Amino acid sequence: MSDRILLDFEGDRREIADYEAAGGYESLKRALKMEATDIVGMVDKSGLRGRGGAGFPTGRKASFLPSDRKPAYLCVNADESEPCTFKDREIMLRNPHALIEGIVTMSFAIGATSAFIYIRGEYRTEFEVLMRAAEQARARGYIGRNVLGSGYDATIVIHRGAGAYICGEETALLSSLEGERGQPRSKPPFPAVAGLYASPTLVNNVETIATVPFIIEKGGEWYAEIGTERSKGTRVFSLAGNVKRPGNYELPLTRTLRDLIEGEGGGVPDGRTLKAIIPGGSSTPVLLPDQIDTGLDYESIAAAGSMAGSGSVTIVDDRTCIVQLALRTAEFYVHESCGKCTPCREGTRWGQEILRRIEMGEARQDELDLLLNVCDRILGNCLCPLGDAMAMPVAAFVTRFRDEFQRHIDEGGCPFVETSPFSSYYHHDHAGVPG
Amino acid sequence: MSDPSTEQTLAGARETRPSMPAPAPEPPRDRPLRDRILDVAALYPESRSAIIPALRLAQEEHGWLPEEAFDEVADALELTPGYCKAVASFYDMFRLQPVGRHEVCVCTSLACTLVGAADTLRAFEHELGVEAGGSTEDGLFTLRTVECYGGCGWGPVVAIDERYHEPLPANEVVPLIERLRSEAGG
Ligand SMILES: Cc1cc2nc3c(=O)[nH]c(=O)nc-3n(C[C@H](O)[C@H](O)[C@H](O)COP(=O)(O)O)c2cc1C
Ligand code: SF4
Ligand code: FES
Repeated sequence: MSDRILLDFEGDRREIADYEAAGGYESLKRALKMEATDIVGMVDKSGLRGRGGAGFPTGRKASFLPSDRKPAYLCVNADESEPCTFKDREIMLRNPHALIEGIVTMSFAIGATSAFIYIRGEYRTEFEVLMRAAEQARARGYIGRNVLGSGYDATIVIHRGAGAYICGEETALLSSLEGERGQPRSKPPFPAVAGLYASPTLVNNVETIATVPFIIEKGGEWYAEIGTERSKGTRVFSLAGNVKRPGNYELPLTRTLRDLIEGEGGGVPDGRTLKAIIPGGSSTPVLLPDQIDTGLDYESIAAAGSMAGSGSVTIVDDRTCIVQLALRTAEFYVHESCGKCTPCREGTRWGQEILRRIEMGEARQDELDLLLNVCDRILGNCLCPLGDAMAMPVAAFVTRFRDEFQRHIDEGGCPFVETSPFSSYYHHDHAGVPG
Repeated sequence: MSDPSTEQTLAGARETRPSMPAPAPEPPRDRPLRDRILDVAALYPESRSAIIPALRLAQEEHGWLPEEAFDEVADALELTPGYCKAVASFYDMFRLQPVGRHEVCVCTSLACTLVGAADTLRAFEHELGVEAGGSTEDGLFTLRTVECYGGCGWGPVVAIDERYHEPLPANEVVPLIERLRSEAGG
């Protein structure tokens, strides 16, 4: 039997006929005959945890919504903008109806007035795929008034964002969806109590919701059999960087980084060696090559000193300068900081400037510890996790590759300028113009 | 310039990337902008939620967002132009200045740069004769660098007029630009 659930087929099932031929929408028919609380109970029993980053138990989160307050909303987070993450895009491109089926199921389970899919603006083709899938589902009676005679009216609005990473943070997503600048709000109140238009709202990632139909079809116990004690099921891992076969690979959470990187990805291409692994998106602390046997489950990656995050694993080979990698990481979060709180707005920029000075060979010896100090002052002091998302990986780069930062200071410049693929970005005289 | 190991990665990316459907036809613009904005607004419980789609419709109409566009969106959604402008400026995809006919967005985030995005960027700069952020004098191209576009395993990712080209290594830049130039009626 295949280890895959969500992407257990070749090609795509964009056409509803292909999806139905593979048993699609049967699980919705079953769900509509169940009690709403039993659906949530089944998801809870499965042990499914959110695939958006934080890994919160999905059934538990759904059970926080008060059942007697209307309107209530479901928001699907398809903002997918954490660097190195591209799994939700593949799920939407290849299996959009699993997402639609999951949305109608969960909407019914929480009694949602409407569901929204917040998809990042850059995903134009994927937006079109979802629009077409929803249209087909509507024509077959899976969306709309009185779905399949159940008495439940299902509405799905597909909302395209316009380019702002912070809108992936759930409260910023809600601000953006309400027509404001996409800035985070302080919690509590949590969205389950006061979310969209101050009404109870469930926010879940694409992969989380698309998994629900399989759990309804085969049962919570079936799903809970797969995976480890606390990390259940499969995840779609985005594998990128210096590997032979980058791409998305769905694996049960009993497997290891080595299974993914070497088994699926074919390892680092010939002639190069592994230097670093970024195990859960650009906001997660870097791991070293000797940690390649770490399990892919949430607990193992945490025990190794990092985070499972968004499920994207990025491979860095020995050509790359870690200072440049840290600088590029910092620049991303500076660009995306919404500016609402001081430690994030000022701290990320300050950290970026020190990193730039180190790379350019302008930094003094004491600036290395100053950089760690800046990170330390950001950590835990921001309104939303974006500040930490810069400080954590930067601090880890410095502590785990300290000798490399030291060499920049000692040698008054970048020792990897000839080989690192980031050099032509940072040093114009290394511009690689093809002949 | 490309290294043999990067060549292997690009070959792998071409195998694993899912096939993309053809672009959907452009929606007709046969009705006034205001009516089309009101149609979208009707999808939401509160019309202000439609500000992003409304700004997008206005941008498609004008090619960018001149003052007039904020007036139109504000009128349709019963907001103020200043509010609409403040919201638009928060998002990277809204153009507060005119842009070239083709907008070229080169991802220079981590994963793409690990497999040669900086070289792809330099190749665009060289061929177009502008730096990132600039537009060509003939008004045909605007070149931008962008952060992760969600195609990381299939990088270097370049989006031209919102459609992804992936992977797009440096040595494929010149033929692509030449094609776009000749389509523009060279
Ligand atoms: C800065 C930031 C960006 C985020 N981006 C995303 C995203 O693009 N997609 C996503 O599903 N979750 C993202 N999250 C996590 C969401 O806030 C939220 O936890 C998630 O959507 C909940 O869904 P889940 O429980 O199914 O994982 C982000 C969080 C932060 C702090
Ligand atoms: S941490 Fe950064 S992104 Fe988050 S609210 Fe504060 S300033 Fe905005
Ligand atoms: S890093 Fe370029 S698309 Fe993600």
